[in-house]
Amino acid sequence: MRTVYLDHAATTPVHPKVLEAMLPYFSGKFGNPSNLHDIGREAKNAVEEARAKTAALVGATPVEIYFTSSGAESNNFALKGLAQANSQKGKHIIVSQIEHFSILHPAKTLEKSGFTVTYLPTDKEGLVNPDDVAKAITKDTILVSIMHANNEIGTIEPIEAISKITRGKGVLFHTDAVATTGWIPVNVEALGVDALSFSGHQFYGPKGAAALFVRKGVRIKPQIEGGIQEDGRRAGTENVPALVGLGKAAELATAEVGNRMKYTSQLRDKLQKGLQDRIEDMVINGHPVNRLPHNLNVSFWYVEGESMLLFLNMEGISVSSGSACTSRSLKSSHVLTCIGTDAAVANGTLLMTLGMGNSAEDIDYVIEKLPPIVQRLREMSPLYEDMMKKKKAAAR
Amino acid sequence: MEQYSSKVMDHFAHPHNVGEIENADGVGTVGNPVCGDVMRLYIKVENKIITDAKFKTFGCGAAIATSSMVTDLVKGKSIDEALKISNAAVAEALGGLPKVKMHCSVLAEEALKSALDDYYKKKGVASPVKMPAESGHEHDMGE
Repeated sequence: MRTVYLDHAATTPVHPKVLEAMLPYFSGKFGNPSNLHDIGREAKNAVEEARAKTAALVGATPVEIYFTSSGAESNNFALKGLAQANSQKGKHIIVSQIEHFSILHPAKTLEKSGFTVTYLPTDKEGLVNPDDVAKAITKDTILVSIMHANNEIGTIEPIEAISKITRGKGVLFHTDAVATTGWIPVNVEALGVDALSFSGHQFYGPKGAAALFVRKGVRIKPQIEGGIQEDGRRAGTENVPALVGLGKAAELATAEVGNRMKYTSQLRDKLQKGLQDRIEDMVINGHPVNRLPHNLNVSFWYVEGESMLLFLNMEGISVSSGSACTSRSLKSSHVLTCIGTDAAVANGTLLMTLGMGNSAEDIDYVIEKLPPIVQRLREMSPLYEDMMKKKKAAAR
Repeated sequence: MEQYSSKVMDHFAHPHNVGEIENADGVGTVGNPVCGDVMRLYIKVENKIITDAKFKTFGCGAAIATSSMVTDLVKGKSIDEALKISNAAVAEALGGLPKVKMHCSVLAEEALKSALDDYYKKKGVASPVKMPAESGHEHDMGE
């Protein structure tokens, strides 16, 4: 059976060149970068080389890159660290309602320790309006955090327009670029941000290696204390092989990002059209143009997401569902709720994210397999039955 | 999330008794599309025996599997026996359900009780059916 992995927003496989670069650092070159002897220096050099490559991917200088263990850690570090280090200037923070939980939950935590947080809505395509940011800024505002692109619906936010506003008002601006880095150009100068999170396993690097860019001169409070690593900002012995892998993945992404955009967007468009031609009553979520090239988020009326996911899995196709039923809380996606997706159809959502390992044949296979699954589940659905009866009654 | 048992996967992939019963003696629809599952259960009753049961369900794997199982369980039972079928019995017959999916078995019990309630109402008889009070849904923040 063919296997088609369409869940690259969950994670990507480690690129063979990345793995090759990592392997010497598990046992041969096993040193601790904090040690002054040759074995330690060898590891230190590898980490600093990785830092330079990682910085280059986002147009930063190496001293502005702090390595972390995950995108979630980078986001926690940014939100809490920037808020706490700058709290003497004010205690107000602005985020959007569609941020990842690794921004929203730290925001809630900060609220409990005396900060106030404004949660900005988006339009129905998931865009934050820069004017809303401008209006929300008060004398007390110290930090704005708006994601570069949303990880579920793929909408790319107007970061440049927002940074013009924050710079004009002297407010720090962090962006969560975990969903974008490696897939579209990410440049901290062009974006005009003061801090930016990204994670290696999102772009063919290993899990456990991520980074936070913090612009030179911006104060940030460490969240993990007790060591000199990362210039004293993040204690803990470096995960050397993973960081070497992150560096290699960053180097590959810097060279290939244009290709990746072209290749995945063309396959994504083919998938979208193929499904639209064959399935009625479906909704494409997110912005029609300003969207991640490899993202397709689609809701199907009258069917539930997890059922589709399980049937697709039986056909060797891996996707994610945005349904209430796969989540612990039984609530549908906060992102779909924010953009105003009808709660009934939100539960029939599939998130498909493509990658460089997908072929045109893979997409043909999905276009062949998904429509009958949707139809089969619709024939089992009381909501579909009700709709069909209404249709018949109206036709009479 | 915990994995589904092989029995749940079997009932999900090959559900029994999918469909409608025309002129059913009892029909019950429970759940809410917003919460992610809606079950509709049809029963045919002859001489106080449930001779046929069918279902239509909008929902996750567990919702479809519990619908399939509850229709299997009620077929051939008297209406009094059917009233005693609990959500725990449905879950147990499926080899257990992941904790977060237990509400699907509650929904299956509710759908059956709702169909039986409808049967009594259609007969013009006072219904002895008590709907379960607790649906098992928790709405807290988080993933």
